[in-house]
Amino acid sequence: MQRKPPDEATAAPARCLIAEDEPLLAAGLQADLAALWPALQVVASVGDGLRATEQALALQPEVCFFDIRMPGASGLEAAQALAEDWPEGPGSAAFPLLVFVTAYDDYALQAFEAQAVDYLVKPVDRSRLAACVARLQAHLADRRDRAAPAGEAQQDALQAAVAQLRGLLAGVPTAAAPRLEVIQAQVGNLVHLVPLAEVLYFEAADKYVRVITAEREHLIRASLRELLPQLDPAVFWQVHRGTVVQARAIATARREESGKVTLTLRGRPEKLTASRLYAHLFRGM
Amino acid sequence: MPEAAVAATAPALLPAPTSAMAAARLRWRRRTRRSLLVLPLICLGIAAILTAIDGRGFGYKLLYALCIGSVCMATVDLTRLAYAGLSDRLRTSRGLPFVLDEAALGWRGVIPGAILAMVFGPPLGLQLGDWLTGLQSPSMLNLDSTSTRLTLAFSVVATVVSVVVLSTAERLSHARALAQAAQRAAAENQLRLLQSQLEPHMLFNTLANLRVLIGLDPARAQAMLDHLIAFLRATLQASRNTLHPLSAEFAHLADYLALMAVRMGPRLAVQLNLPPELASAAVPPLLLQPLVENSIQHGLEPQVDGGRIEVSARQVGDRLHLDVRDTGAGLGAAPAGGGTAFGLEQVRTRLATLYGARASLTLQTVPDAEGGTRAHIELPLG
Repeated sequence: MQRKPPDEATAAPARCLIAEDEPLLAAGLQADLAALWPALQVVASVGDGLRATEQALALQPEVCFFDIRMPGASGLEAAQALAEDWPEGPGSAAFPLLVFVTAYDDYALQAFEAQAVDYLVKPVDRSRLAACVARLQAHLADRRDRAAPAGEAQQDALQAAVAQLRGLLAGVPTAAAPRLEVIQAQVGNLVHLVPLAEVLYFEAADKYVRVITAEREHLIRASLRELLPQLDPAVFWQVHRGTVVQARAIATARREESGKVTLTLRGRPEKLTASRLYAHLFRGM
Repeated sequence: MPEAAVAATAPALLPAPTSAMAAARLRWRRRTRRSLLVLPLICLGIAAILTAIDGRGFGYKLLYALCIGSVCMATVDLTRLAYAGLSDRLRTSRGLPFVLDEAALGWRGVIPGAILAMVFGPPLGLQLGDWLTGLQSPSMLNLDSTSTRLTLAFSVVATVVSVVVLSTAERLSHARALAQAAQRAAAENQLRLLQSQLEPHMLFNTLANLRVLIGLDPARAQAMLDHLIAFLRATLQASRNTLHPLSAEFAHLADYLALMAVRMGPRLAVQLNLPPELASAAVPPLLLQPLVENSIQHGLEPQVDGGRIEVSARQVGDRLHLDVRDTGAGLGAAPAGGGTAFGLEQVRTRLATLYGARASLTLQTVPDAEGGTRAHIELPLG
């Protein structure tokens, strides 16, 4: 903050998105931000995790405040989706600075301490929010001051966010669940039993999960979130927020310009995409 | 069947050994320390009395007393261990779990040991003493000898006294340990109950809302604070053992749901149906609270559009029917374990303790168009 006079920093225009399911808290945060950072424009205030990703992608704000516990998708899931779908390349904006907001110990706060740009614990008092605002302003000023060409700075912002989210997702405690042996997919009165070893990959589809084997595909009424703890992470790799692949079924992995990785499979013609959050799984030995 | 279940859980409060070897080691440890303390005391006493009678050789008398005492004590303990081991073997062969106390503490295991000790202790002990001192004691088969009679009498009395004293002490300390474990479990349960009722996430989110409301709308903030005060007071005062009128239960739910309505805004619709004639019906305090919390946390909060929660009471014959229904995500969506399970288990336990088989709690996914979950309680009226 020494390098810049405070009025210049506070005057710097920036746009932000607030995702918070409790309307009063959203209004309160917006009011407090208006007082502490008049130049910050709140471009959207949404109440669920799905719209948080959607609006952030559409409006490309510089700052996002994500509540952790939200309907639709949690703040962490929304951030993951945002990092996976954020456009890259010439002309695209830098990845937003993320601030997570949480009440009590939804997630291990230490994880946020280490990974997030900042996190706030509800109720958020004014002085704590002022410190957060100062930190965000410093980050934004730093981005503007970078001597690097604009494209490279944006690349760095995205890389930093991806690294942060990888750390956060690894730190999310998962409830210990017994390992699954067989997938039971019901169609009318008939239940298909599919041994887990035969499953090439799982793909999230709205309220269902598609279970794909070499011969056919089944639908089960579950979410990947419920399914994941029951799978052996050494055998089934999550490669995207909506895709979990059996490692043995992957034939090749090709790294694309965008940072994503395209996978070809043994026994299936279609290609899968590993998002940039999981691209680090694929590198030569 | 219920009594059997209760009896089976009581010893489980103490750490249970998992194998026959472990059980034997645990028994040996418990027993030997006390035996080693009592044995020299009794032997000193016997040697002193004998010395007082004939006036000489305290050292030899003590040595012989210790020899006989050790053999007796070892015989009793080994017989008990063998008996306990045998009963463990028998239990495992029938597929039953170990019960440490039954075999180790029962008289059935002690009496054969004591009899064996009284028969074999004196002659073997004398042999041992002779071997140590190089002297030749009169044979134990010669019952006319005064010294033989004295030795026998003292051995029998000492064995009986020490067996009774040690077994009683063992049983007392075991009962004490059980009582302590039960007390700890009760305190832990009470704490978990309080924690689940004053869920930090709920409390801090409510305070965060209150903080905003104070600036925006002081009158509404005051009303919200009043609900919070009433909610906290009722939660902290609720005793698990007394009953309170259904109207008080509904008033408590109304406070909680008013707080949730401020937080969730238009996403939460509430409907409370308490017929006036049931207002004074007696129910356990905060019985419905965990069910309403589950409906909010697992039914309505995860849904983007929220939904409705309906709490109603009905009289059917001489029974009270209570329903907590939501239009939320439904049963399949709730994660297994965690807070839900504890809340339900707590309601079930309280109903079972107070009413036995005359009360019930059932959960089902509502089959109508709105879906969601219905928790249904039936209990006797009055």
